[in-house]
Amino acid sequence: MLERAHVLICSGSNCVSRGAKTLRDEFEEHLDRLDIRSEIKLVNTGCVGLCEQGPFVIVYPEGVFYAQIKPKHIKEICEEHLYKGRIVEKLVFNDALTETKEVLALDEVRFYKKQYKIAMRNCGFINPDDIEEYIAKDGYRGLGKALLDMTPKEVIDEMTESGLRGRGGGGFPTGVKWGFAYNNDSDQKYVICNADEGDPGAFMDRAILEGDPHSILEGLMIAGYAIGASKGYIYVRIEYPTAIEKLKNAIKQAKELGLIGNNIFGTDFSFDIEIRLGAGAFVCGEETALIASIEGERGMSRNKPPFPAAKGLWGKPTIINNVETLANIPAIMFNGAEWFGRVGTDKNKGTKVFSLGGNIVNAGLVEVPLGTTLRDVIYDIGGGIPNNKALKAVQTGGPSGGAIPEHLLDIPIEYETLIDAGSMMGSGGMVVIDEDSCMVDICRFYLDFTVDESCGKCTPCREGTKKMLEMLNIISSGHGTLETIDQLETLAKMVKSSSLCGLGQAAPNPILSMLDHFRDEFEAHVVDKTCPGGVCKALINFFITDKCIGCTKCAQNCPVDCISGTIKQLHTIDQSACIKCGACQNVCPVDAIITT
Amino acid sequence: MKSLDDLKKIRDNAQKKVTMRGKNDGIRVLVGMATCGISAGARPVMNRFVEIVDKQDLENVTITPVGCIGECAIEPIVEVLIDDKRTTYCKVDVDGVDRIIKEHIIGGKVVDDYVIGKYRI
Repeated sequence: MLERAHVLICSGSNCVSRGAKTLRDEFEEHLDRLDIRSEIKLVNTGCVGLCEQGPFVIVYPEGVFYAQIKPKHIKEICEEHLYKGRIVEKLVFNDALTETKEVLALDEVRFYKKQYKIAMRNCGFINPDDIEEYIAKDGYRGLGKALLDMTPKEVIDEMTESGLRGRGGGGFPTGVKWGFAYNNDSDQKYVICNADEGDPGAFMDRAILEGDPHSILEGLMIAGYAIGASKGYIYVRIEYPTAIEKLKNAIKQAKELGLIGNNIFGTDFSFDIEIRLGAGAFVCGEETALIASIEGERGMSRNKPPFPAAKGLWGKPTIINNVETLANIPAIMFNGAEWFGRVGTDKNKGTKVFSLGGNIVNAGLVEVPLGTTLRDVIYDIGGGIPNNKALKAVQTGGPSGGAIPEHLLDIPIEYETLIDAGSMMGSGGMVVIDEDSCMVDICRFYLDFTVDESCGKCTPCREGTKKMLEMLNIISSGHGTLETIDQLETLAKMVKSSSLCGLGQAAPNPILSMLDHFRDEFEAHVVDKTCPGGVCKALINFFITDKCIGCTKCAQNCPVDCISGTIKQLHTIDQSACIKCGACQNVCPVDAIITT
Repeated sequence: MKSLDDLKKIRDNAQKKVTMRGKNDGIRVLVGMATCGISAGARPVMNRFVEIVDKQDLENVTITPVGCIGECAIEPIVEVLIDDKRTTYCKVDVDGVDRIIKEHIIGGKVVDDYVIGKYRI
């Protein structure tokens, strides 16, 4: 029987970690009890993007968007909405309710209105475990078109014309890259999907792998056909168990239908895909280290050239494309380069997915046309900064990128403009930083990460990142001088110019960009010995103002008993004993404790 | 997978699985399914709609249960929305469903016997 309603349950990792796993069982139970189970289709989908408000349940045909759903809410949704047709307004996502309490459909919600989905076109919309749903959304037709109507050269030309650039962060034109491998003759060639997403705070690749795995398989096969490869690898980190599970299932289903295998669509083209698991090393996102890892070697980068397109996996010409790049390819093949070119700007065609995080209301995944301004992304889609705080900067590109200050928010998001602003596109992490953050501390966070992740092969990166972190620690502890800042800058430039691979070359970027835009904040740490953001522990002191009502809560919670005062009297903190843990500030009911 | 036609066949068959999701510009049938509606027999009415829509492959028709429409005395109430035109039927029974689909949704002519009012929204 035809189902009259579809209930989509977001089962992306973010929602699962917020408890989405049991929602389906709850639905089954209540729908059975109401005897309407056969009328309703339950679909576990991938990430719908607005992770801050998850878990989600979306009910079609109305397109009602329920947010922050807990198992206890399911009974009401079943009884009221699915049984009696009354939308449960109190559970609907806030932005989906108009002032007159009218319920808006999903695509009319502000968060989604300015977005344009190409790479994530199916995420949160289809069941990733069902190949038929992907095919129903024109899946594998791009591959069919390429194999049956086009020569490999024409496929490459179409890609070049589309203007798609590598979404892993480099921004190298995909078609051109394919052309290199196409022109290198060899008995065997390889295509690799780089799913080793490692930037702290970035999770768009995971969302695509989990929500639409077939688009990656199809993209990989089109790439294989274009360059003449019959074998593809997906290099995915073992930290993405759900993504691996979905990929395995997708490969199995595609093999059953003969979409992966020999003589696909009756042509001479045969293709096989294998998954290779990485242990989660950041450096393995770098092409040559990734290849070494697949070959069973230690994940370390090597000199380029030769580039992988000439000598890659097992010495054969190899193309490595990022997950998001590959997800775009089937859509471009099916709809044509001209269609793709209509979105974005002149040199930056198409869309980019960002994982919006940090001090932002609607944290989650957003896909916007390139050329959209940062301000639109942060304020229109992201909903602005919580608690009416002011925005200080936006960090893009993760540990390889930099910070863009408030006054540059109106620049369009393009590969070049972000570099001009001292940052980079990167793989798509976008961390919003509010006024209460300390730039020195954020640099320390990123350097701490790169020190851990440096593979150790070349000295500038291995030693340089460690020294830079030490200098940042000195600055943050208040023991630095203006000279420390200069030395830090010199070292950063040296590491940038002399490291072997992208990891080391980009590791100093956060420091250089922060020094460029927020040098005064660094100077405040060494000259005035203060931390303007009120973060660096060594430079802040806690004080109790006369707002204090003498409730004694702070004194009770102080782990070192350094707060004295009697009930209903102003309390004081013994600065010499204070360990600056902030426990008192957290429990104060009247916000009487301030930091200076 | 031997040819593109094989793929198209799967695609056409699978379309039903997903057409409901996304923007809906087709014909909408709203069945009043509050307690009053259900007790007056709205459930078999809605099931009948679903059954026929499925059988006849009426791809552009969606059936939605809605809350109380207000006129409890004349339930089951069914509203048919085509473009901006809203037609409200009352005291619909299974036979009525067959006629509404045949004469109105497919034929384009309102079934006067069941209608309580026609007005622009």
